[in-house]
Amino acid sequence: MVSTTHEGRQTPAAPIAPSTAPLAIELRGISKAFGPVQANKDICISVRKGTIHGIIGENGAGKSTLMSILYGFYKADSGTVLINGKEVQITDSQAAIAAGIGMVFQHFKLVENFSVLENVVLGAEDGGLLMPSLGKARKLLKQLSDEYELSVDPDALIEDLSVGHQQRVEILKALYRQADILILDEPTGVLTPAEADHLFRILEGLKAQGKTIILITHKLREIMNVTDSVSVMRRGEMTATVSTADTSPEQLAELMVGRKVLLEVDKTPATPGAPILEVEKLTVVDSHGVTRVKGVDLTVRAGEILGIAGVAGNGQTELLEVLGGYQTGTGVIRVNGQELDLTGKASDGQSRRARGIAHVPEDRHDEGLILNFAAWENIVFGYHHDPEYQKNAWIMDNAKIKKIAHEKMERFDTRPLNEKLEAKSFSGGNQQKIVLAREIERNPDLLLIGQPTRGVDIGAIEFIHQQIVALRDQGKAILLVSVELDEIMALSDRIAVMFDGNIMGERLPSETNEQELGMLMAGINNGADATLSEGA
Amino acid sequence: MQAMPKWADAVLIPLISILLAFFFSGLTILAIGKDPVVAIQTMVQGAFGSTNGLGYTLYYTTNFIFTGLAIAVAYHARLFNIGGEGQVMLGGLGVALVCLAIDWPHWTLALPAAMVGGAVFGAAWAFIPAYLQAKRGSHIVITTMMFNFIASAFVGYILLNYLKVPGSMSTESAGFSAGAHLPTFHEMLAPFGINFNKNAPANISFLIALLAAFGFWVLIWKTRLGYEIRSFGESESAAKYAGINPVRITVIAMMISGALCGLMAINNVMGEAERLIDNAPEGAGFIGIAVALMGRNHPIGIVLAALLFGFLYQGGAELTFWEAIPRELIIVIQGLVIMFTGALDNMVRAPLEKLFLTLRKNKKGA
Repeated sequence: MVSTTHEGRQTPAAPIAPSTAPLAIELRGISKAFGPVQANKDICISVRKGTIHGIIGENGAGKSTLMSILYGFYKADSGTVLINGKEVQITDSQAAIAAGIGMVFQHFKLVENFSVLENVVLGAEDGGLLMPSLGKARKLLKQLSDEYELSVDPDALIEDLSVGHQQRVEILKALYRQADILILDEPTGVLTPAEADHLFRILEGLKAQGKTIILITHKLREIMNVTDSVSVMRRGEMTATVSTADTSPEQLAELMVGRKVLLEVDKTPATPGAPILEVEKLTVVDSHGVTRVKGVDLTVRAGEILGIAGVAGNGQTELLEVLGGYQTGTGVIRVNGQELDLTGKASDGQSRRARGIAHVPEDRHDEGLILNFAAWENIVFGYHHDPEYQKNAWIMDNAKIKKIAHEKMERFDTRPLNEKLEAKSFSGGNQQKIVLAREIERNPDLLLIGQPTRGVDIGAIEFIHQQIVALRDQGKAILLVSVELDEIMALSDRIAVMFDGNIMGERLPSETNEQELGMLMAGINNGADATLSEGA
Repeated sequence: MQAMPKWADAVLIPLISILLAFFFSGLTILAIGKDPVVAIQTMVQGAFGSTNGLGYTLYYTTNFIFTGLAIAVAYHARLFNIGGEGQVMLGGLGVALVCLAIDWPHWTLALPAAMVGGAVFGAAWAFIPAYLQAKRGSHIVITTMMFNFIASAFVGYILLNYLKVPGSMSTESAGFSAGAHLPTFHEMLAPFGINFNKNAPANISFLIALLAAFGFWVLIWKTRLGYEIRSFGESESAAKYAGINPVRITVIAMMISGALCGLMAINNVMGEAERLIDNAPEGAGFIGIAVALMGRNHPIGIVLAALLFGFLYQGGAELTFWEAIPRELIIVIQGLVIMFTGALDNMVRAPLEKLFLTLRKNKKGA
């Protein structure tokens, strides 16, 4: 059953799950504006005690704002919050904690060089002396770890823990503060599939104990798997609240975007040609002296997409940086048969571009774009030495660049179509379209593309995927790095999995599944490799 | 989406800041028992009331345009050049060496040569900290600041041991020859029948400063080098991605900055003193920081801010002279202007942005 915001307002708390449990949280008519932007508009949600409620929506739909209001970071312009049926004023995070709300942020708030125990107690000490609090916490931690598979070594330092374990510490922190309502913001973004499954088991356990959980995500699959009910947000409004059992991924996607969305990528089988990119025994040591890439071999042929799967931080970033010319490495990289300089003066981004390598970096805010520059200035970024953009030896032809920028942005359906607007004024998806327009329109032989749809709305994802496949069909080689397994599966003609700086194995998308790739992402290889890279 | 129209950002905010600064300056003057209205009258009269006063105001303005532009160039690459003072000193040495080297036949020959001398010395002095920052990561704020002291000692040493006229009691070089004399406003305006005061130090360097401001605009917003400087300043990681060499941009931006500081010496050393004296810059390198900050690193803003500080310098001197207001209080007033226009920018900006948003909302609602 789908109830719109307005209906919901007149008749709040329409039963969304076949449960008669009392309401743990009820939000009535929450609105919040940041200047001219209406981030939340008349939001109503009711969540029953002991359920897992999903909130799904595209980037910028207002999910995080809503949760920040609930946790006391922002004050709502209007509306009321009821916890366990009683109206509460959440003025700051202390008030939220007092009301029994715990939050697990996307970016953890942990002190890296403190132990687990110290982090759990931090800010909730019982008195001037630390020892009693630590003792109490140790006892509680042991009890919790037995109950919910929440095992962490209490004396380990945070910096020594894996990301999955760090997240457990965040959950423990909330439980130590006696949270009854747990909010998790995009919790699986940094986890392997196995770690994510473990997290969901923990959440199920907490739910069984009567805790209420709000899960914010943009992954439809997670919503379908673990939630009891789900609210969809679009442009600051709550478009629907439905029982998960009564909905489908297609319906949710449509509610998020406001139109029908193609979740599958429409592509024909690849017809790989000659090798364009050959990497042999590539090793990269970063500025801290840590070896990030450990002797990687790979080949990308003309007309194929090689997808590199893996949890973030396993060497994919450094691999792209070396190829893009702003990180040094050892080994051999050949593009079109010619060896690239990996350490010397000719290993910069300019010489890479001259070799026909285009690069859509993983981080468009810090690398791909200059946010304070106008779109037209960004359209030539990296290619600003091209003769067609120059008036003479010194002066750039800004009028011509603006015209070219307008045309490129038009072809990539960038909205608003205004090349004079600063890059920061565009939405994530349109920013990415500016980067893609710049790189793809250059007609490169090899396209390096990292996290092509990170922070991009579903509508734009469809378009971006089509562009990548179209470039492949023109016979170009594409190296795709993504932490989204769905994306890797949908786009790649061949999949290589990276773990701890090594390629754990190569698979064909038709002959593998998420479980197997998940094992490889965790560093476990017990299958035969599809050795397609050695001669087709 | 812009919170405020551009004109409000560029004109209204600095205006309100200056009015606030003057208001608090008035309170300070009141506190020492003087009349603030008389004080402001004296300042305006002293700075703009006569061609003599105006000549001094424009002389100071010229200094501040050069140093303001210099600081702004570096700032577009997000390099905080605190070493303007030292670079001006070295520029002075360069100008003096050129002017003393030969008996110049005419200023039209002497000026370009002196400009090259000042710019090269200033740029060279800025090169060392720039290189240390780019290659070794030594923080440029620390190194440029230290280089001011080294410059002071170094120029003093040269002056005392090599340039001082033997037997003279004062630490200054010999006077430049008549061929190195730059036309003053008096000489420049006489053919047009305008009688400008003979003793005022404003000279043709003012026009060079305006040309430099125009050149700055072309460099930063029209050239490929300016594009790279701004890119590097906005995001070093993005610049690396685009293949812009951080070492090259750091060094070039700082050398342009140093060259602009060095150029200032054609005004104070060649145009005014006509000899090299000890501590010639008189703090202009530091005022340049405030000028660039207030001028929003844009040449038009920098010229206007330089004029304001020129007014404060000259008007302040008059205030000391006529109203027996101590020199230290003038520095307090300058400090208030810097504080309100630079450091407390957000204090004015935030409420103003809110006001504009409310206005806009009401307009939409109506």
